[in-house]
This record gives sequence, structure tokens and C-alpha cells, in this order.
Amino acid sequence: MKVGLFIPCFVNAIYPQVGVASYKLLRSLGVDVDYPLGQTCCGQPMANGGFEKDSAPLARNMEKLFHDYDYVVGPSGSCVAFVKDHYPDILHKEAHECLSSRIYEICEFIHDVVKPSELPHASFPHKVSVHNSCHGLRLLGLASPSELNIPHFSKLKDLLSMVDGIEITEPSRVDECCGFGGMFSVEEPAVSACMGQDKVRDHMSTGAEYITGADSSCLMHMEGVIKREKLPIKTIHIVEILASNL
Amino acid sequence: MSSHSKAAEKFIADRPRTDWHNQALWFVRQKRDNMARSIPEWEALREAAARTKMHTITHLAYYLEMFERNATANGIHVHWAKDALEHNETVYNILKEHGVKHLVKSKSMLAEECGLSPYLEERGIEAVESDLGERIMQLMHQPPSHIVLPAIHVKRQEVGELFERELGTEHGNSDPTYLTHAAREHLRDKFLHADAAMTGVNFAVASSGAFVVCTNEGNADMGTSFPKLHIAIMGLEKVIPDYDALAIYHRLLARSATGQHSTTYTSHYKRPVEGQEMHIVIVDNGRSKILGNPVHRNMLRCLRCGSCMNTCPVYRRSGGYSYSYFIPGPLGINLGMLADPKQYSGNVSACSLCMSCSNVCPVKIDLGEQIYSWRQELDTLGLANPVKKGIVKVLNTALGSPGMFHFCIKAGRLGEKISPRGLLYCGANAWGRSRELPEFTARTFEQIWKEELSSTASCNTETARKGSSTNI
Repeated sequence: MKVGLFIPCFVNAIYPQVGVASYKLLRSLGVDVDYPLGQTCCGQPMANGGFEKDSAPLARNMEKLFHDYDYVVGPSGSCVAFVKDHYPDILHKEAHECLSSRIYEICEFIHDVVKPSELPHASFPHKVSVHNSCHGLRLLGLASPSELNIPHFSKLKDLLSMVDGIEITEPSRVDECCGFGGMFSVEEPAVSACMGQDKVRDHMSTGAEYITGADSSCLMHMEGVIKREKLPIKTIHIVEILASNL
Repeated sequence: MSSHSKAAEKFIADRPRTDWHNQALWFVRQKRDNMARSIPEWEALREAAARTKMHTITHLAYYLEMFERNATANGIHVHWAKDALEHNETVYNILKEHGVKHLVKSKSMLAEECGLSPYLEERGIEAVESDLGERIMQLMHQPPSHIVLPAIHVKRQEVGELFERELGTEHGNSDPTYLTHAAREHLRDKFLHADAAMTGVNFAVASSGAFVVCTNEGNADMGTSFPKLHIAIMGLEKVIPDYDALAIYHRLLARSATGQHSTTYTSHYKRPVEGQEMHIVIVDNGRSKILGNPVHRNMLRCLRCGSCMNTCPVYRRSGGYSYSYFIPGPLGINLGMLADPKQYSGNVSACSLCMSCSNVCPVKIDLGEQIYSWRQELDTLGLANPVKKGIVKVLNTALGSPGMFHFCIKAGRLGEKISPRGLLYCGANAWGRSRELPEFTARTFEQIWKEELSSTASCNTETARKGSSTNI
């Protein structure tokens, strides 16, 4: 089984440590993982802004780069969900003919495909508040969305519970949007920032030292609020916790 | 900036009020969640509701004609109106024939949609809203800001001041019970002296020719009990096949809307009582055009429960008036675009694509996905935001090839280093108004990969496998 590591543009440029942790974590689990060079972006930013047709060249590049991999795994729920849900339309293909059928968000992949029973290396003696990102949650099913009457589950919490010394909490509005939304954050700056401020405060009210989640974009947004207001909480991508001590 | 973005900024400038509005609606969402969780078959009900609506709107002529036949046999006068004007004329003509001067209305979004009250008032007919929230808004000379909770944005102190001015209540008394009693007395007088009553229609049951009106205040019943004339108005998508279908919708409606088991009053109108006349006006006003639109026809499933507004993080923080269409929130963004894209495209930005609306919708309308679709249509319609278009052009270049991508990151790094803070956080930086910008790191992941990781990847993967507890 050959796994291609998909590193979204902003992770590549701003959060490379998330990519490194993803790689190390997958390797530690015995996964044969490779990073195909020449990746830029999946095309989500323009599509969410209303320019899906501009995503097509990027989608074709992604298809080409990952053509020979059995699985494609990326540390960003939103980007993975975009590839999964929109590539068939953009590329005029059936889902089984394109990346959509082979791409996984990394926690989903580890939880559902690799299925480790323990993460012996992982230790993180801190209190974390889990950020349930909208697309990971409502489009990929990383956890049960609060709106639905289905049995409660959380793949993120399942994985975090294998980490030694960690204390896991969630905010009171457990899956309310942080207000990032790609271009929404600059087209609706007042609402977006207000949502971000509210979300960070909700995480803070748990007493957590860290906000953690499976999507760097939401964490980036909340980090922007935290740094501006010099708030006593930090953000960390979930794979950085799962890959601790590797 | 879009029209919504500008209006939202003004609303949010009063942060304590924004927080209060947000919390008031979140409370309704929580009540809805409790109700949804109290019914084990909730998700199956939503599925049944969605399918039954889909069946009905794709067999609309069949069910509407069945409804007309049965309603007519019950003694109800059935009228058809192709648009808002024809609807208003039909209602006015019935009222004129009966010499009506005072009409008492229960809440109807269709009347809002058609601009009925101003139309009648211009022609000398007083149309009094009998729903308390609607009456508050009517006395304030403002439209409702929410389709189920019309005055949700008004604080009780403001209602106190309004009633003092309009109804002569005590100065400074904003006790809800006191104000409700005052409103009741005021409305009772209106009920007693009305010449005609108007109601909306929540459900028109084709198999029986009866229609159902759901209220919490009993105002529809009170209104229709005295006058000799009752006019009900309905959008043509309000027809449902039979009482089995009604059972599904009735279980979902109030639970989704306000977190109640059922509305306090659910009134079935089947035939006029002796000496009374009952009319029903079935209105198209663009609905059959929506039916012909395969991407957006799901909108015709809507029950008007308002749950998509209550859950919407943008609506809760920007208020109903920040949307240019008379219906706000995810529902209004979509219906506005269907009504007139040129006029209402300024609302399409009001969505972070969190998709919570699609999950709460009792008839499973893909509201968020449809907003995404509208965004894709804006450029073709010539309505795309030029600034956003510019940003996308830059992104296309920067992300178009790996060489350009890494060049831009280098340039960004340099720009970050040499630009004074004042330039980085100038007025054009919408992000930077309330948030710090993320910073580029010294090396990209691709660099780290090439310099450190790639050598480990090419090593024998068996080594890694031995060290792991899992084997795949």
C-alpha cells in the first residue's frame, strides 16, 4: 500500500511542522508514505469564493501527482473534503475515477484504515480543547455533528485518548464555526472576526492550554485572534500531538 | 464589500447587542436540539419529510388540482394568482366586494413577499397584524427580522417604550407579562371589530381539501372566529398529499422552529361555518420557475421553520436587517437569488460554508451547498465582487505552478521582513483589522522534505513496520 502525502499550500508555507509530524506519524505506524514534489494547492480557495472553474488546472495537477498512490492523505479536513466532494464535478469524472475515492483526512485514515490500538510514543501532558472544524465534521464525518440525532462519536477524541497524560475537553458550542471560511474571512471581516473571537473564548472557558484540531486553516484563524489579543491559549494541530516524541 | 458585509459591520459595532442577539437565537437552537434528540427516529423523519416533499413538488399539478377539487366541494372558494400583483388584486377584490375596512391578519411570510399590507393600506383597508411579534414590528414601522420570531432583535425595554407611546402603557414598565396583557387587550379590540380575517397556510391537505394553520398565540383562531369572511393565502408548494404526510411535518415543524413539541394551536380549516365565507388564494409568484431549476428546486421543500437562521453563525451575529432580501439567513440568501440575482447578490457572501443549516433543516434542503452553487454563478451573471476576482487572479498565478508557488513564498517572506507594520496592516488588509497575519516559516515543507525527510522515505519501509504496533 503506497500512500501519497498531500500537503496543502498554506501548510507547506506556514505550518511545515504539521507536514513533518504527519509524515513521521504515518511512518511510525508502518505506512509506506511518500511526498510527491510539485504540489501547490487543491483549488479550494478560489472555488469557495465562487471561482470553481479556476480550480480545474490545480485539480488536474493533483490528479497527475497522486495518480499512482493507493491512498492520498492530508492534514487538512477542509482541503480533503473539497477534493472529495468537488473534483468529480470539476474534472467531469465519476468519483471512483479520480482522487475523490482515494483521499483521506489523516485522522480519518489513521482511525479507519490503519486502526492502531495504541500510540506508544505519544505523550502530551496538557489540557486541550478539541476544535471540531466544520468541513471535517459535517462533510467528512470526523465526529457526530451536534445537529444530528445520531450516536455520538469523535475520531479525533478516540485518537487523542491514546496520548499519554493528555486531558481532553471541548467548548460548550461544540462545533460552531470559527469564522474562517476562506475568502469569507476577508469578504465579511466583521462577522468572521467576531466568530473567531467568540470561538477562542469558548475554547478558553474550558481552561485548556491548547486548542487542537484537524484543520490548520481554522487554527490559523484562531491564532490570528489569539496573537492580536494576546490571549493565554495556544493552537496546535492534532498530528503534532499524535506525533509527539517521534 | 458586499451589501451584507457592510450592514453586518454596523450591527456588530454594538458588540453587547450582537452577543445578546447571538445568544437569544442560540438558545432557540439548543431547544431545537433537545427536541430532536428526544425523538429516536428524528433522522428517519427528516428523510421521510424530504422525500415526501420531493414527491409532492414533482407532482404538483396533481396534488394542487386534487386540493382545489376537494376544497371547492367543502365550500371553500379557490383562487389562483400567478404573481404578487395578481395575489394582491385578488385579495383586494374579495375585500372590496364585502365592504371590508378592517382586516385582521395572522402571520404570513407570503403576505410580506407580496407586499400585501401596504397595498391594502393604500386602498383604505387597515390590515392589523395579530401575531404579537408581527404587531410589535408593525407598530415600529419595520419589517420582521426573522420569519418565525419577527421581533427577536427587539429588547423588552424597547417594547415597553413602544407600547407606552402607542398603547399608553405605564412609563418604564417592561415586564413581559404586563406588556403581553396590554397587547392582548389592544388586539382583542381589533379582533372584535374586524370585518375580515386573513391567515397564511402551513399545510394544504390535498386528500381532504382542508388547510392547517399553526400558531402559538391562537391569534389565527381568534381572528377567524368573529368576522364573516376568512381569506387564506398560500404559496403553491404548501400542498401536501394527505394526513400521513401531515403527521410527519407536524412532528418536525415546531420542534425545528422553536423547540416545542407542537405549536400551541394547530387549526384545521375544512369548510366555512354557516354564514361565513372562506377563500383561499394559491400563489405562484416565481415558484414554478424554481421548480424548473434542477440545482435549486429543493428550496420548494421549505416549511419556513426558521431553524437555518437560528443555527447560522453569521445570521446570529449580523441580524435580519443585514440581508437585503425580506427573508434573512441561509434560506433568504437562496430565495433572494431565485427572486432576483441582480438585486440580492449582496447576501451571497454571508456564509462561511459551515453547513450547519443543511444539518438542521427538517426537510434536508442542502442550503449551504446551494449557496456555494450561487457563488459559482455570480461571475457569469456579471455580479462577482471585483476585489475577490482580483484576489483569485493573483492566486491563480501564485498557485499555478510549483516554481511560481515557491517564488511567491520567498517574496512573501521578504515582504513580511521589510514591510513596516503600518503597511502590512493598512486599511486594505481586511484580515488584519482584528487578527494578526500568519507568518511564513524559514523553510517550506517541500524544502524540509528534500533536505531531511526524503532520504528516510526511500529507506526500507520494513524497518518502520517492525517498530510499529500495527501492520498494514
